[in-house]
Amino acid sequence: MQVTMTVNDVEVTREIEGRLLLVHFLRDVLGLTGTHSGCDTSNCGTCVVWLDGEPVKSCTVLAAMAGGHEVRTVEGLAKGAELDPVQQGFMQCHGLQCGFCTPGMMMTARALLNRNPDPTEAEIREAISGQICRCTGYATIVRSVRWAAVHEANAAAAVTETTESREAGEIDNAGQPAGSVV
Amino acid sequence: MTTVHERVDTFHDNDQKPVGYGRMLRKEDPRFVRGRGRFVDDVRLPGMLHLAVLRSPVAHARILSIDTSAAEASPGVKAVVTGAMLAEQGLAWMPTLSNDVQAVLATDKVRFQGQEVAFVVAEDGYAARDALELIDVEYDVLDPVVDARRALEPGAPVIRDDLEGKTDNHCFDWETGDEAATAAVFARADVVVSQDLVYPRVHPAPMETCGAVADFDPVDGKLRLWSTTQAPHAHRTLYALVAGIPEHKIQVISPDIGGGFGNKVPIYPGYVCAIVASIVTGKPVKWMEDRSENLISTGFARDYIMRGEIAATRDGRILAIRTNVLADHGAFNGTAAPVKYPAGFFGVFTGSYDIEAAYCKMTAVFTNKAPGGVAYACSFRITEAVYLVERIVDCLADELGMDPAELRLKNFIRPEQFPYTTKTGWVYDSGDYEPTMRLAMEMAGYADLRREQQEKRARGELMGIGIAFFTEAVGAGPRKNMDILGLGMADGCELRVHPTGKAVVRLSVQSQGQGHETTFAQIIAEEIGIPPDDIDVVHGDTDNTPFGLGTYGSRSTPVSGAAAALVARKVRDKARIIASGMLEVSVADLEWDKGSFRVKGDPGKSVTIQDIAMRAHGAGDLPEGVEGGLEAQICYNPSNLTYPHGAYICVVDIDPGTAQVKVRRFIAVDDCGTRINPMIIEGQVHGGLADGVGMALMEMIAFDEDGNCLGASLMDYLLPTALEVPDWETGFTVTPSPHHPIGAKGVGESATVGSPPAIVNAIVDALEPFGVRHADMPLTPSRVWDAMRGNARPPI
Repeated sequence: MQVTMTVNDVEVTREIEGRLLLVHFLRDVLGLTGTHSGCDTSNCGTCVVWLDGEPVKSCTVLAAMAGGHEVRTVEGLAKGAELDPVQQGFMQCHGLQCGFCTPGMMMTARALLNRNPDPTEAEIREAISGQICRCTGYATIVRSVRWAAVHEANAAAAVTETTESREAGEIDNAGQPAGSVV
Repeated sequence: MTTVHERVDTFHDNDQKPVGYGRMLRKEDPRFVRGRGRFVDDVRLPGMLHLAVLRSPVAHARILSIDTSAAEASPGVKAVVTGAMLAEQGLAWMPTLSNDVQAVLATDKVRFQGQEVAFVVAEDGYAARDALELIDVEYDVLDPVVDARRALEPGAPVIRDDLEGKTDNHCFDWETGDEAATAAVFARADVVVSQDLVYPRVHPAPMETCGAVADFDPVDGKLRLWSTTQAPHAHRTLYALVAGIPEHKIQVISPDIGGGFGNKVPIYPGYVCAIVASIVTGKPVKWMEDRSENLISTGFARDYIMRGEIAATRDGRILAIRTNVLADHGAFNGTAAPVKYPAGFFGVFTGSYDIEAAYCKMTAVFTNKAPGGVAYACSFRITEAVYLVERIVDCLADELGMDPAELRLKNFIRPEQFPYTTKTGWVYDSGDYEPTMRLAMEMAGYADLRREQQEKRARGELMGIGIAFFTEAVGAGPRKNMDILGLGMADGCELRVHPTGKAVVRLSVQSQGQGHETTFAQIIAEEIGIPPDDIDVVHGDTDNTPFGLGTYGSRSTPVSGAAAALVARKVRDKARIIASGMLEVSVADLEWDKGSFRVKGDPGKSVTIQDIAMRAHGAGDLPEGVEGGLEAQICYNPSNLTYPHGAYICVVDIDPGTAQVKVRRFIAVDDCGTRINPMIIEGQVHGGLADGVGMALMEMIAFDEDGNCLGASLMDYLLPTALEVPDWETGFTVTPSPHHPIGAKGVGESATVGSPPAIVNAIVDALEPFGVRHADMPLTPSRVWDAMRGNARPPI
């Protein structure tokens, strides 16, 4: 059968078997190998991607079911060369070791921050509770997500401040493009 | 919270230096956060085929027949291979890392559920799995041996009838210490406490399962094998021995590995099947097991049934420790341990205490279960040793009515006693235990916790405080004693400085997430003054790295880290001679200032390591006898292991209505000597503490009486999520290893070793109002519930 979907803003059409899992479609058909596969019972969450902006375990979705929908993977998380604050947070706070759970964790974390920009530690732990990490013991992942939340809030405040400064006729000489996160 | 307590002032963490040790962000991360890691299953080669393994549905059975005709006719299938076909090539059996043999594909009978029986190679993974369903195997089911305690009973079915003259399920006997001296001390002791303890079978369960891509080129006769291996060089040698392919025609590539935790040390039948399949089909072949296959057939951990005995004076002086162990090794002895150490380093069961005598007697048996034993950050059975000693010390404290912290403090080996030879012959390199213990107690607010516990007990609430103080033994090891299949446990290291002063360092060890690409660059940077960002770390490719035994047993820093420091010093020594020529002074007039040599008394005259690198490769004369280039290679043979230690305190709350245990706090103070990168150490400790919560509360590979594995998926084999673990509290002390070139000890497995007894001790402490003295892991709500009602039972 033929399936058409949008993956990381690009429309793709492929001939597939009806039984093909989305995780294998992404990895084996499209070569997007950042999404991983760590179990066979839908527990581990290393395969989490977004389907229309919502995190799903792509091992538990048929590729055919994603037809007509928008899929986003870890490869589509950065905006060009600029890493998402979640990616930066994981690096800054040592939220990864072997890196196998990381893509799924980051996709879930990004989705969490999209709906709740200031989550508590308990809310972060709840949000990632469908995902298993064997290396980090989770604490640094929680810190990574908090880092992203704080830096996004600061960046947003900086944008607001810059806008107000401009309105007041002051010169912005910070040399940073508006909205960038350093 | 990080609390610093430095005892020795010659080695420092130093976050201020631009090059060298300190909190440096990881060089590995940029590719991983972009989804650009390269794991085995990401490898795609032109024409690549896929392999799937048919596994035994039963634990013990004779194979009467295998009909593969329907599978061969299935669409997309290229080959179907059985044990009988492998036997014709002499490949049906392979050696294990313990000098036993293991079936690659079963020929005569199956010996555990999940054992490899046949494999299919097909155009894609889906077609391969389809064809598995079409293979018809006729089994004559035999009685299985499931309970290790009954394995040696007369009349027990003999599992290993493949071994010449084998008439029972006996695997090996082992002992250490002095039996008579220990018995004499026990006979005169005021107090003797004994306790049966089971360390249940668990599984390391790395998030990435095991797999391989084999690519045999029939024209040049070269085999390239991408595989999930922690020991690529050792694997290469073993493949050469098994498959008869000469070693220089085998390239093992261990790319990014999604966690190993000891699971990826042994050679599994799947790797050998992939190699055979590539030779047979002339195409690259990928084998990637699924989670159930990983849990049911690859290296398990633990499975020691122990009786611990401790003798002491009435006032709390520990005199002797004695133990008897029954070890369940499964159907084949596949334990990954130095050959002279069939029980690994279990001999360190005397722990951190200065005692008069010790003795251990162990019997290992075969059962109808998957092989393994040494895995899951055990440091070669030290998890079991530390669990034993730290539980029975708590049992003794309970018997004496002493505080468990006080009892430990009273019996520690004292700093002036190091190097300390234990009663089982281990020479601990260094340690200063009391400050480590005091720091943990201070961080925990130990006295306040005990007061809180009293108040809660008065209200009927269940709160427990558990302590574990451990001494690890990592960095195998001295080649005169330690080898794996005849390969000495040394590690090579090669450092090459390029003309522009950038460098590449090649390691024999293989990271699986421990951050070697970062920390080995830091070691080189510290020694030679080239910034870590200018140093590329190459590992995991046997064609491009020096020989060595790989990463497990927390041996990378002790052995390979030493090699890195020494190879850098060797390069620096040559750089000094070149610098003397450049500055026209004698080498004795030069002093090293991290990154440059300067003339003593004339600091204006100096050359940087980058200047020297260019000179070494450039035009102009070099001092007499000096070759061009700036590089060196060494092979480091450690003189001893390193012995890091730690003090862990766990606080649990138990819901009296549901028996659910909540780990409220966990304080971990580790001492691994010189700290290369504190951020990475903290991450290693966090991960190991989560392992401890898993083992103590959730994880177990159980079997029913027919030998069915009951923990063969993540539906039943429960791993902790972010909800089951607390925010860890870590601290450290620094007691360097005197024999290590940079004073560093291993640490990666310390937390997995030290945390389970702390958690169990806390739970038993919480259950004191119920008169509970011991309960075996995993302390699930149902098992805690039973313990509260006086029905504590062993898990197997």
